Amino acid sequence: MQRHLISAADLSRDDAVLILDTAEEMARVADRPIKKLPTLRGRTVVNLFFEDSTRTRISFEAAEKRLSADVINFTAKGSSLSKGESLKDTAQTLEAMGVDAVVIRHGASGAPYRLATSGWIDAAVVNAGDGTHQHPTQALLDAFTMRRRLVGRDAGLGRDLDGRHITLVGDILHSRVARSNVDLLHTLGAEVTLVAPPTLLPVGVETWPCEVSYDLDATLPKSDAVMLLRVQRERMNAAFFPTEREYARRYGLDGERMARMPDHAIVMHPGPMVRGMEITAEVADSGRCTAVEQVTNGVSIRMAVLYLLLGGNETALTHARTTEEK
Amino acid sequence: MDTHHRQGDQARPEDPRSEARPVLEGPDIARVLTRIAHEIVERAKGADDVVLLGIPTRGVFLARRLAAKLEEITERAIPVGSLDITMYRDDLRLQPPRALARTEIPGDGIDGRLVVLVDDVLFSGRTIRAALDGLNDIGRPRAVQLAVLVDRGHRELPIRADYVGKNLPTSLRETVKVLLAEEDGRDTVLLGAKRATPGAHP
Repeated sequence: MQRHLISAADLSRDDAVLILDTAEEMARVADRPIKKLPTLRGRTVVNLFFEDSTRTRISFEAAEKRLSADVINFTAKGSSLSKGESLKDTAQTLEAMGVDAVVIRHGASGAPYRLATSGWIDAAVVNAGDGTHQHPTQALLDAFTMRRRLVGRDAGLGRDLDGRHITLVGDILHSRVARSNVDLLHTLGAEVTLVAPPTLLPVGVETWPCEVSYDLDATLPKSDAVMLLRVQRERMNAAFFPTEREYARRYGLDGERMARMPDHAIVMHPGPMVRGMEITAEVADSGRCTAVEQVTNGVSIRMAVLYLLLGGNETALTHARTTEEK
Repeated sequence: MDTHHRQGDQARPEDPRSEARPVLEGPDIARVLTRIAHEIVERAKGADDVVLLGIPTRGVFLARRLAAKLEEITERAIPVGSLDITMYRDDLRLQPPRALARTEIPGDGIDGRLVVLVDDVLFSGRTIRAALDGLNDIGRPRAVQLAVLVDRGHRELPIRADYVGKNLPTSLRETVKVLLAEEDGRDTVLLGAKRATPGAHP
């Protein structure tokens, strides 16, 4: 395992399975009377959020607190960041305070990579979403949810998603969740199909390790999981489709379409959901929609990632007992 | 169980100079466990409220075997579970992160019960300290006792076992390795010599 988590593409199959297995044990902490582990006691984690986020930040914060880390929240609004401070100066400020890990969300793709590789800071860097690039912990929690639902909680331990058909529908162009998911699911052996209007597919998508289709109805019957992505209006500066109604009619998941999916298949959504657009209320409230479960799993996955990045010491120090051997 | 011997064993499974000799064989282990089961029943006056918690990996198998023997003696189901201590270790920062094992607390919990921790080797006592910390977060037992298959000495903390399978005086140059059928295919306890590589991790 590396020291940073920047991209889902950096994870090997074994790393990814280790994170999922660790998360499975972390999930059990939530069933205890005292939902806390002492593992990261005395470690300081900064949540550095340059972009608005509620669920990701809260999820990371919950994970950090369950592992007993000291948490500092740093949001762009009302801080030195809004006064024009550069990423470098912010990083050096944090370094001077002696933080052990930085969880960063940034509007610019590549900001976490820059932070991790620039030498500005010694801390471990966890990417919590950068621009339209990557959101690795989201991909991990999605894979975790799929493995639990499609393979089984205990049966899934040590296993990947070999041969499962996963369909991602919606705004692929602006979605870091889609990029991370394609990378990770491919690593885990799943077969991914992207379904979107041609205008919402990025240039170069044909080089991604996945299939591309414009026809949702043809893809549904062979999908084990269908993940719906929100149409990100805030990142849209041009007209990508004629009307929202037309989008909903062709790419939205309603009850009738859901009935065409195999019985075991699940509906996933990374949130926030726009009901009536990519998903109808009927589907969102059905037992096959795992949106709420994904939030719960997010905490377990982030605990696993933080533990695996910060829980030990890579420079294997010599234990005191060796002195007696000489 | 203890980090030191386990790590050493994993680092070099077969070293010609450290020819390990068995100190307990399969039938010995079975007899020892039967004796411990009887001792638990005797000390706990019937073992009504006993909960066995094994410490992964091999402690869990020992706990299950003990539970089976206790059930034979008392003709009652004995709750048995596992307690992973990884997150409570005091040497977490000294090594790369370890994979987690399963913590499985029996349905009725441990509040007000007599918890018997079960492990394979008692060495520095640090594992048991971590287990006691872990128990704290799970509930409040009436009492906590400790059963180990082998006590090899060299305690670094004021911790002792209530039930000991075999006291095995060792030097720090030696390794004690417990093999159990569930994990290793055979039952035996091996005493070997540690290869003296100065500076290497023990």
